[in-house]
Amino acid sequence: MAEVKKVATRDGYGMALVELGKINQDFLVLDADLGAATRTGMFKKEFPDRFYNCGIAEQNMISLAAGIASTGKKVFASTFAMFAAGRAFEQIRNSVGYPRLNVKIGATHAGVSVGEDGATHQCCEDIALMRTIPGMIVINPADVVEAKACVIKAFEVDGPVYMRFGRLAVPVIFDEDYEFQIGKGIELRPGTDVTIIATGLMVAEALQAHEILAAEGVSARIINMATIKPIDKEIIIKAAKETGLIITAEEHSIIGGLGSAVCEVTSEKYPVKVIRIGIKDTYGISGPAVDLLKYYNLTAEEIAKTALQAVKCK
Amino acid sequence: MVKLMDIKTKKRLMQTACKVRMGIIEGTYNAKSGHPGGSLSIADILTYLYFEKINIDPNNPQMPNRDRFVLSKGHAAPALYSVLAHRGFFSVEELKRLRHIGSMLQGHPDMKNTPGVDMSTGSLGQGISAAVGMALASKHFKSGFKVYCAVGDGELEEGQVWEAFMFAAHKKLDNLIVFVDLNNLQIDGTLDDVNSPLPVDKKLEAFNWHVITIDGHDFDQIEQAVEEALAVTGKPTAIIANTIKGKGVSFMENAVDWHGVAPNYDQYKAAMAELEEYLKSLED
Repeated sequence: MAEVKKVATRDGYGMALVELGKINQDFLVLDADLGAATRTGMFKKEFPDRFYNCGIAEQNMISLAAGIASTGKKVFASTFAMFAAGRAFEQIRNSVGYPRLNVKIGATHAGVSVGEDGATHQCCEDIALMRTIPGMIVINPADVVEAKACVIKAFEVDGPVYMRFGRLAVPVIFDEDYEFQIGKGIELRPGTDVTIIATGLMVAEALQAHEILAAEGVSARIINMATIKPIDKEIIIKAAKETGLIITAEEHSIIGGLGSAVCEVTSEKYPVKVIRIGIKDTYGISGPAVDLLKYYNLTAEEIAKTALQAVKCK
Repeated sequence: MVKLMDIKTKKRLMQTACKVRMGIIEGTYNAKSGHPGGSLSIADILTYLYFEKINIDPNNPQMPNRDRFVLSKGHAAPALYSVLAHRGFFSVEELKRLRHIGSMLQGHPDMKNTPGVDMSTGSLGQGISAAVGMALASKHFKSGFKVYCAVGDGELEEGQVWEAFMFAAHKKLDNLIVFVDLNNLQIDGTLDDVNSPLPVDKKLEAFNWHVITIDGHDFDQIEQAVEEALAVTGKPTAIIANTIKGKGVSFMENAVDWHGVAPNYDQYKAAMAELEEYLKSLED
């Protein structure tokens, strides 16, 4: 098997900021002393005068970003997902969300794939938190190409956007000409027995699961759901009707994330069995990222095993 | 050294501030809730800013390079609304709809709903950060506008306020002027009863701010402080305004119970009568 190219989605964030910076002077980038890690450092290197380091003060950074946006200028604010969605939740809710300001939050190091830093830094609750804020757009790209594309779209759209990026290098799935649309899921593989709806780094795992299942004679539809909010109801209902069984896969708590969002749609519009794969109401632990994904069963094998059992029970 | 304000201007401001206070009482009475105490303490400062100093246009509330004002102590919204109404951003009658369903006057300031409100505030500690962001944007994009902000003394107990103070001084935001409304009372009691942030002046000096302390009900001192602040370069300025919570309504003055309680009918009548009498005395 040929070597798969792997890049972290946070790199896509940094690259897209630089691209935007070249064509638009009318926005600022903020960080909270994590520029090297969040990759806003790439923007800082190119456009040092348009980058402001707020220091280790995330709450101030978010409300400050709101103040900048209130003057009609767009602004990106970056830190780890834990300290954006977690620590500064209420600032995002009240300073950014409530006045619907043009603050684009670039939250990196989401999920257990942060790795060795352990539980305090492994945010598996951010999608759930951000999803509850009225009007907030929540995007969790699958690879570097989608990450870049979502940053550009987030910049263009009016209002607050929460973008979730990872630290770990993950397989590149999309071609450079890929066209990302906010609020649209994408069917990556056709299938009739079961639908696997995945987001973030679990999309690459879902694609592998498709192959494993095919070898077992199971036809699995694979959907990439990069936008968690607003969720693409149409593609979920269609999958429910046509395959009668859905498995969700996310590197996030199964409480409140993609799995919950899918269940909300199916239970109201077309009830089918939905099995949620994700972090099961627990904290992370320290370890190498790839090993942690195995430890928490966030793998193609686990998706395939779950799907196979569920299809047999249909 | 003290350059006194023109006596006519001062009298006009005192009259306006009295009308602003009547609007605060009118609003909180009709809302049957709200925060009269901290609204009355900041009324003179807001009156001075909106009627004398800041560059705004009631007919064009979104004027891009207008000066900004952020009421970080957002619970004093009745004061801001009353000032905006009297300044012509909307009808004074609207004050009676404070906190009513469908009203443009939410319990705490909402920039999307109320003409003249520059930032949605209410959750303490966040407004000052937004003001700092505005001042940064003004400098970065060379827009030239000034940013004024009012924080409560109790609000200083929020850690985010100090993050904002730190950042503003580090970035040398000399286009930012922050009033600290030092009325010494918060919901649960005096500052000292709760978790006193005093001394504020020394703390802010240590944070590399230019600090001025004034009587927040004296228009001469308010004006001099603002003029001094506008002349300062390389530092943001904090104007620590010693004020009286409930100022202007005798039975509300310095009474902690008037932090977040609206007057009943009799209290409303008494307060309005007292303010009307004071207004008349100014007309003589």
